[in-house]
Amino acid sequence: MIEVYLFLIAVAVILSMYRFFRGPTTADRIVAVDIMTTLTTGLMVLFALYYRRAIFLDVALVYAVLAFVGVIAFARYMEGGL
Amino acid sequence: MSIASIIGQALVLFGTFFYVLSSLGLIRMPDVYNRMQTATKSATLGSLGVIIGVGIWAIGEVGSYSWIPKTLIVAVFLLLTNPIAAHALIRAAYKSGVPLWEGSIVDRYKEAESSLERVEEIKEKLEEPSRGVEINE
Amino acid sequence: MGETSKISRYLYTVLILFIIWLFLTGSLDPQEVTIGAIFALIVGALTDEVFTERGLGNLNPKRVLYFTAYIPYFLWAMIMANLDVAYRVLHPKRPINPGIVECRTVLTNNVGKLALANSITLTPGTITLDVKGDRYFIHWIDVKDKSVEGASENITKPFEKFLKVIFE
Repeated sequence: MIEVYLFLIAVAVILSMYRFFRGPTTADRIVAVDIMTTLTTGLMVLFALYYRRAIFLDVALVYAVLAFVGVIAFARYMEGGL
Repeated sequence: MSIASIIGQALVLFGTFFYVLSSLGLIRMPDVYNRMQTATKSATLGSLGVIIGVGIWAIGEVGSYSWIPKTLIVAVFLLLTNPIAAHALIRAAYKSGVPLWEGSIVDRYKEAESSLERVEEIKEKLEEPSRGVEINE
Repeated sequence: MGETSKISRYLYTVLILFIIWLFLTGSLDPQEVTIGAIFALIVGALTDEVFTERGLGNLNPKRVLYFTAYIPYFLWAMIMANLDVAYRVLHPKRPINPGIVECRTVLTNNVGKLALANSITLTPGTITLDVKGDRYFIHWIDVKDKSVEGASENITKPFEKFLKVIFE
């Protein structure tokens, strides 16, 4: 049953990739990256249940922290304050 | 199939629905600001559903209660940081000059910014004569 | 805000750090708890100045009560917001009516302002664009009222009655 959810989230990530490649402005692409990282965090948590390893939850937590810092850095760069 | 598994699966299904919805919103909306509106909100609620759902599902599937605190930490972290990232991004988009959609009604931010600029211009003009005097001396 | 003693701030920081440690490890093994307590004491001494301004004053029973009441209210508002977004995304005609409006707030505390901005971002059709003093600039997906007072009535008022008690 987990496979179905994994598949659905993967479809959502691919749909947001459309905006990443298409997006007319830089801001569109960064928003797409932000959403993709959030979806990937959920995907990692589901994979932890799929493989039954609680340690993968820590991987998801660290990934979420790094994604947040990355998005903030991109935003500062666009604003011209980096 | 225990009760915990069923509740967890229902939460994960709920979250997955909002995940798909957020990527649909990303595709369908007309400009950056509206995309951000739909995508950020749905992705945050979807994360809450999926991550806490996995924590509850694990009670029935793995038979361990130790997943719940850790999944709660991840969920609360996402709940706190996602709006901040969205806020930083939308301000960056506005400052870098992405225009609003042509159907937008009102833009108070632009009015406030231009009035601030006018105040600063007037201040500079007021300071200029005194500065000139200092240079002459 | 007022003056709070160093000890009160230190104790509050250590308490919060220790609770986070317990959640992260997820076990009550004596070894884990001891190490966690030692690290909470060390890190608390280094970071209490930036971590909190009021110290143990945050654990005032009235504030805790309002905070626990705020959580279900906020979650409910969030679910409603998302159903609203779902309607707008899935509707074939895309019924949106966006614009940027200005709001005023009565909150003066920085943490309170941050909490208000985050709450606004996650609830129906609004996202905070910038904050200047007590003026909030908000991108609203369905503008119902262009004036400052009307927008404040619609957007910030419902949260302020909770956040005022929790953070002021």
